[in-house]
Amino acid sequence: MTEFRLPSLGADMEVATLREWFVKPGDKIKKGDIVAAVETDKGIIDIEIFEPGTIERILVQPDEKVPVGTVLATFCGEAEEKTEKAKAAKHKVERDEQAVATAREVASATMPGAAIPATKVRKRISPAARQRARELGLDPEAIRGTGPGGAVTLEDVMSSAGPAAPAETATHRVETAETGMRRAIAAAMARSKQEIPHYYLSTSIDFTRAQSWLEARNAARPLPERMVYAVLLLKAVARALAKTPELNGFFADGAAQLHGDVHIGVAISLRSGGLVVPALRDVRDKTLNELMPAFADLVNRARLGHLRGSELQGATITVTSLGEQGVETVFPIIYPPQLAIVGFGAIVERIRPVDGQPALRRIINASLAADHRASDGHRGGIFLAEIERLLQEPEKL
Amino acid sequence: MSTAMTREAISALTLEKLLQVAPDIDPGLLDPAVSIRDQYDFDSMDFLNFTIALGHEFEMDIPEKDYAELQSLNGAIEYVSKHLESGASGE
Repeated sequence: MTEFRLPSLGADMEVATLREWFVKPGDKIKKGDIVAAVETDKGIIDIEIFEPGTIERILVQPDEKVPVGTVLATFCGEAEEKTEKAKAAKHKVERDEQAVATAREVASATMPGAAIPATKVRKRISPAARQRARELGLDPEAIRGTGPGGAVTLEDVMSSAGPAAPAETATHRVETAETGMRRAIAAAMARSKQEIPHYYLSTSIDFTRAQSWLEARNAARPLPERMVYAVLLLKAVARALAKTPELNGFFADGAAQLHGDVHIGVAISLRSGGLVVPALRDVRDKTLNELMPAFADLVNRARLGHLRGSELQGATITVTSLGEQGVETVFPIIYPPQLAIVGFGAIVERIRPVDGQPALRRIINASLAADHRASDGHRGGIFLAEIERLLQEPEKL
Repeated sequence: MSTAMTREAISALTLEKLLQVAPDIDPGLLDPAVSIRDQYDFDSMDFLNFTIALGHEFEMDIPEKDYAELQSLNGAIEYVSKHLESGASGE
């Protein structure tokens, strides 16, 4: 028997609420299968299992809130299964008893909420509406929806709450909606600022060639194959790290641990407030055409839910791009235990000398915050210069 | 022969596509005349997804140079209507 525990989904996570099981006792599982969905400060996360086998018992039921490390289920690994079979006869009586106990437990646990079969069709409810309904103590499933496809909107929740939902709850909402994630971000950033001796660098990069190339590429392709410029930046960062590997990896146990693979944590802001930083894996090894759908999928799932547990772990560096709202320069803070974070601002038009003549160019600011325990400003400078060089030849990215 | 879609049907479908991309937008609170980006945290990836969904639904291509016309919900509805009209008269 092997225990399947609630994994830590980042340095700042302590608890999660189990929302749904996608497996039941007796189900065969493969490495990488998504077995459950849990709700954390970062939204709904799909949890994978990384060992093949057979699910034995489910120990945590939907809506239970448990700390990281809690055994959620037990399963029998493939290697174990063989020995188990040999022992099976001997243990048969015991196991039968256990099965009965399990069935009894499951039955009693599901009884009160018997209206929640595992495969029910989910009612469409906007996250804002769901949050508000929960705060008002309403069952969002019971509210009549007037949105598209019968979706429950925030207004539906408010009207079914009656006229007596006063301003008092409005202030209360501001607190609860963000407290969990805000606290998590605060903890990670406070730790970063206390523990990591940051140094900061910034440079203006001529993005004219890269953007012209991208526009020409996109003009020749149908909508679904178009690429956003962020993908060029991510690929340039990943490739530049080959020249300065001391920016890629973790600081742990008193030493920098450099990584050969580049998994970029992409900071994605959520409309409901806060942000998540899931990892885009193996960026250096993917072509631009492979990266774009992977990036789009990651952003979509960050916003709509169902990031995978493995995506919230393992980023070896972070990229934050805050140009959407016009910010020109970012002064980023390292996400511990990583070694560096790269910030990009907005693309702006500036007059720059080209061959001694003033020319209108598109400029993007790139900044770097890096851990002085692992590298020096000189090396960071080489890294930013390499990003600029790579972006002058976008066709080779 | 025209299977012209009513303005209401176009509006409803356009809104549906927007909400597919960004279900956390509350249609009751969205001002259709104002840029979506100015009201919500609607970034370039959301916008690309929105144009992909519209292009798929109404069987049209939306060149990047036209993006400025689709910034608000009304703008998008207008753009789709124009496209459907020109498609109908071209037949």
